[in-house]
Formats: sequence, C-alpha cells, structure tokens
Amino acid sequence: MELVWRFLLGGAIVSAFSLLGDLLRPKRFAGLFSAAPSVAIASLSMTVVHHDSVIAAIEARSMIFGSVGFILYVWAVRRLLASGKWPSVTVSLAALTIWAVTACVSAVLLMRSGL
Amino acid sequence: MIVAFDVSGLKRLHWYQLLLRFVLGGAVTVCAGLVSRHWGPLIGGLFLAFPAIFPATATLLEQTQAERKRRHGLHGRRSGRKAAALDAAGAVLGGFALAAFGAVAWLALPRVGAFWGLCLSGLAWLLVALTLWWLRRHV
Repeated sequence: MELVWRFLLGGAIVSAFSLLGDLLRPKRFAGLFSAAPSVAIASLSMTVVHHDSVIAAIEARSMIFGSVGFILYVWAVRRLLASGKWPSVTVSLAALTIWAVTACVSAVLLMRSGL
Repeated sequence: MIVAFDVSGLKRLHWYQLLLRFVLGGAVTVCAGLVSRHWGPLIGGLFLAFPAIFPATATLLEQTQAERKRRHGLHGRRSGRKAAALDAAGAVLGGFALAAFGAVAWLALPRVGAFWGLCLSGLAWLLVALTLWWLRRHV
C-alpha cells in the first residue's frame, strides 16, 4: 500500500510542477521547474510517515550528491542541444549515464566515508 | 524579459503528455523508495535528484516547438532543439537550488519535524532558484 501512495503522491507532485513550468515564460525561467524537488518532496514525506525524520535526513544528505549529478547532466544536455545536431530524446536519454556515473561515484564515496 | 504566465500553453498540451509525466513521476518515486528499502537511505537518497521527467519534457518541448514552426511553413527541427536547450539552461540553475533543498532538509528535518522541515527546504529551493535566475540576468 505504501508503494501505491508513493506512486500517486510522486505522480501528482511531478505533474503539478511540470504544469507550472508549461505555464511560465520565458523558457529559461520555466526550466527552473524542470529541477523542482518534486520526487524529493513526495519521497521524504513518505519516509517521514512510514519511518522517521532521521532516515529522511540521511536521504536528503545523499540528495545533495545526486544534485551534483543532476547539474552535470542538464549542463551537458544544454550544450549538446544548443548545437542543434542531435534530437532531444537521444541527448536527454544518453546523458543519463552522466547522472548514473556521478551517482555511483557518490555512493562509493558515501559508503567509504562511513557517514 | 519579464516572467509571465502564458495560459495558452495549456491548450497545446495533450492528455497523453500529462499522463506520461504522472506515470514517470510516480514510477521514479516508487523506484527511489525501493532502492532505499533494499540498499538503505544513503543510496536511495541519490535518486531524489534523479532527472525523472527531464527527458520527456525536453522531447515534448522539441516536438511542440517544431510542430508550431511547421504550421507556419518553416523547418522547425533546429528551433525545437534550441527551445529544449533553453529549458535545460534553466534547469542548470534549478539544479543548484535542488542541492540547497537537500542541504536544508538534511539539517532541518531532525530538528523541526517533517512539516516545517519540508516547508523550509521548499522555501530554500525557491529562494536559491529565484536568486540565481536574477543574478544570471543582471550580473
């Protein structure tokens, strides 16, 4: 049942933020909402309800490392799309490897640091 | 350029675009929960900053822009990609705000509880995003 609530809450918050992004102009400003913490709000809320705030805080700390991956990802996507050579679908999916590599490196560093 | 609401954007939206975002958002939130359950919050937390719907948003943006240009008899492929690149430029700034959200949530959640912790984190996200946007335009 927890997973169903996670799905519904995550879907609703992600949809709300992306709808807001659709309504705003200029496009660069609307892009801020592509980085809205929608998944984080839904996930942290569910973690607090089903576990506790300490576990949620650990997730939030790891999220900072995930954000570094996010920044590198969208920066690379922006550079590649601005060249106009490749379609958005190819660029945005292929560049996910940048996020994945950053996340893996962060995971290793976090586990080794014993935090 | 002044920031404004453009309600006409809603008319260009198709129901399947909304459904796709809902399903992707829900799926990533479930995945983050499952990763956290199996490998712990240290690893699961990384997925809170996963670019969940960015590929779908960029693709739909390119398609919409290209379609609009084609209706006017223009070749819209390149213009569509530029529009998606502008969205990504904004998302770079938003990424820093996302890190600020995580930092404030990390510090605030155990101290002030879930409700106020998330309110403060959301406020931090908004403030950092708007400040970076302002700096980008005026400095």
